[in-house]
Amino acid sequence: MTSPANISQTIRVHRTSESIWKRGDHWVWLTGGTLVLCLFMIMIVVGIILVNGATFFWPKDVRLYEMKDGKKYLAIMRQKEVIPPAQARDQKLQADPNRRMVMVGNRDMYSQDFVWLNDQEILSSSRPPDVWVMDRREYGRFIGYLHFLQTKDRKLEGAEAAAVLPKAMERARELFDRIYRIEKSDIGAVNLQMERARLRQRKVERLGQGEKMASEIRSIEQATASLKEKYDAYVKEIAQLRSEMGQDRIGLEDVNGTVKELPMASIMEAWQPNQMGFFAKTGSYFTRLADFLMDDPRESNTEGGVFPAIFGTTLMVILMSIAVVPFGVLTAFYLCEYARQGPIVRAVRIALNNLAGVPSIVYGVFGLGFFVYFIGGNIDRFFYADALPTPTWGTGGILWASLTLALLTVPVVVMATEESIMAVPRGMREGSLALGASRFQTLKNILLPASLPGILTGVILAMARGAGEVAPLMITGVVKLAPSLPVDGLTPYLHLERKFMHLGFHIYDVGFQSPNIEASRPMVFTTALLLILLVIALNLGAILLRDYVRRRYTTGAFH
Amino acid sequence: MNATLPTPVRETTPTTDPALARSSNDRPREGDAHIRTRNLQFFYGVKQALFDISLDIPRRQVTAFIGPSGCGKSTLLRCYNRMNDLIESVVARGEILIDDENIYDSSVDVIALRKKVGMVFQKSNPFPKTIFENVVYGLRISGITDRKTLDEIAERSLQRAALWDEVKDRLDSSGMGLSGGQQQRLCIARAIALEPEIILMDEPCSALDPIATMKIEELIRELKKDYTIVIVTHNMQQAARVSDLTAFFYLGKLVEYDATKRIFTNPANKQTEDYITGRFG
Repeated sequence: MTSPANISQTIRVHRTSESIWKRGDHWVWLTGGTLVLCLFMIMIVVGIILVNGATFFWPKDVRLYEMKDGKKYLAIMRQKEVIPPAQARDQKLQADPNRRMVMVGNRDMYSQDFVWLNDQEILSSSRPPDVWVMDRREYGRFIGYLHFLQTKDRKLEGAEAAAVLPKAMERARELFDRIYRIEKSDIGAVNLQMERARLRQRKVERLGQGEKMASEIRSIEQATASLKEKYDAYVKEIAQLRSEMGQDRIGLEDVNGTVKELPMASIMEAWQPNQMGFFAKTGSYFTRLADFLMDDPRESNTEGGVFPAIFGTTLMVILMSIAVVPFGVLTAFYLCEYARQGPIVRAVRIALNNLAGVPSIVYGVFGLGFFVYFIGGNIDRFFYADALPTPTWGTGGILWASLTLALLTVPVVVMATEESIMAVPRGMREGSLALGASRFQTLKNILLPASLPGILTGVILAMARGAGEVAPLMITGVVKLAPSLPVDGLTPYLHLERKFMHLGFHIYDVGFQSPNIEASRPMVFTTALLLILLVIALNLGAILLRDYVRRRYTTGAFH
Repeated sequence: MNATLPTPVRETTPTTDPALARSSNDRPREGDAHIRTRNLQFFYGVKQALFDISLDIPRRQVTAFIGPSGCGKSTLLRCYNRMNDLIESVVARGEILIDDENIYDSSVDVIALRKKVGMVFQKSNPFPKTIFENVVYGLRISGITDRKTLDEIAERSLQRAALWDEVKDRLDSSGMGLSGGQQQRLCIARAIALEPEIILMDEPCSALDPIATMKIEELIRELKKDYTIVIVTHNMQQAARVSDLTAFFYLGKLVEYDATKRIFTNPANKQTEDYITGRFG
């Protein structure tokens, strides 16, 4: 029989404070706490990027500030802060001075988009309903009033003008797009053909001789002449479209009553934030987000879209994966299966591990020296001699950048592959060999399918690393603004020698090399968010592929 | 130990079967030595694992290797299809003659040898493929692609491995989804599909329950009509039940090799007796 006193004693034994240490609970707290801290920091980073990046396109209200000195500002609030005490003392301000940075836009009139307003200087602030905000092709954003609208035959003002504005904008945009298409693809194609004809002519002049040469040159000259005619026709068409486009004009009036007349086509988007409800704002948000994703950059990257950068990043990561997978997997197979395990293989493994720690800029320099100057330079010398001294392959390009990154990520793939090969049960390997399979057959039929999920894990890691790299790309092919995408409708469709744009570099360029930091700052966040989302999307693709492979593998449908 | 073949003790002598006796003219004679091991020394690096082993394994009989762990019985078994080659820095000295051909000769094609000498492992190791693909794996890698041939051989092998009735309706499901005993029979079917002459079994029942073990043992008795079987086992009763001859190894040496009946009833060697009666090992 146990007495009640005995029972309570037993319970107390389990509740003494030492038992926490004895049970090792503090280790749980330590490890768990570290994880929480880690997650917390990641969440802060992602949260900052998410909040700043995702709200960039939200149409914020415009306020009219009237100052004590009689100045007026139509502006969008950006940020508020306490004036640093030293400055406040200098300006003899009262206690707790606040100031706010507001966006006034109209760079063509005021020469800067942002002004600081001292809160104590503000007399009144209101929310005028009929204010327009317009994204323009040049000089950034306009904030003000619509004064008039001039079409071919009539001039509208006030409410009438506002009613006609969307239609007029659409017409102007159509014309603009037609001009853009002709300039970009039609004239682009003619230019490419002319360049090729020029190179052919140089080749003929260099190698040919006598009558044959003369006749060939004549035919090339004829072709060039007909191309020139085509070119002139396009130029004429453009001129006509331009004059048509120039007939529609818009008059914009700023807060001080200054009127500025602009061609209709220079307005990209226009909205009246103070009149918009939640749904209208949401609609406007997505329109501008779509523009951002699909458009080319403007105004030295501080405005417009990032489509070329998204495209370049994706294509580069795909090219890198195509290059790194066979290279890394074959290396790992040799190291694991064929190489005699010993000090040399061990040294190779250690070297591979250390390669993962080499600064990426070193890879960039190597890529520049080896891929660009050596391989590219020699390709130019032997196959593109007529274009010299203009380099074709002997300059940075998307292929060289991808190969450089492939080199950078090889260790990751090799390690992951080796680990997954070693994880294949020995019995499976022996079972195959005991049935008279050669080593290669075992590798192909048993080890490769079994290690495929592990290989794909390596590829996922490599892609994540590759997509985020910027330094080596800067010297092997990334540019601030690429004139054309690496893929287009002109043979051979995929132009691996072209320079390209990259989201990572775009962040650096817009954030730190931009002439208009304040205006472009939100775009840095948006671009960063986009890069993160792109990496997630690429990884998700690889993860789904891995799950598919794993499922097929474990259900045994491999043949 | 002398190298001659011990006289087997048998309840039924298949040679007296008239059907077998008639065919014995064109087939190698039942019971003559199929594998001859001559003065085999085997080293893992500097460590010697087998000392001067000489023994003959008879055709179409079951020979059991018994002995405590680490006595070299598995090593010897794996010499017969040169699976030990996979381990680095092993050295084999002496001769192993299968059908009078030294398998350690440099001219021997290891792949052909392994097709002739099948192997079943301790842990069942089906490939992560369908049951059908498991059985025909050896054929596929030998370059046989004709679907009809593969179907026929797969069915015949599974029937011979006493697995056909259990899996005939799900040949396209994974071989890993079978039970342990079924997996082991699948591995036997996989080995049989290549029509080997010899089947090596390395503790094939050590991971199985008694019923599955019984089935495998029945299968072994059935298979010895066509194949020479060498089985390594830790289970004394199993050796007594399935084998015709038993070899007892201790510390890399062959201690005694004789008809199973004699080993288990009247061993010549004191060590053998101690081991069998459970006094050590």
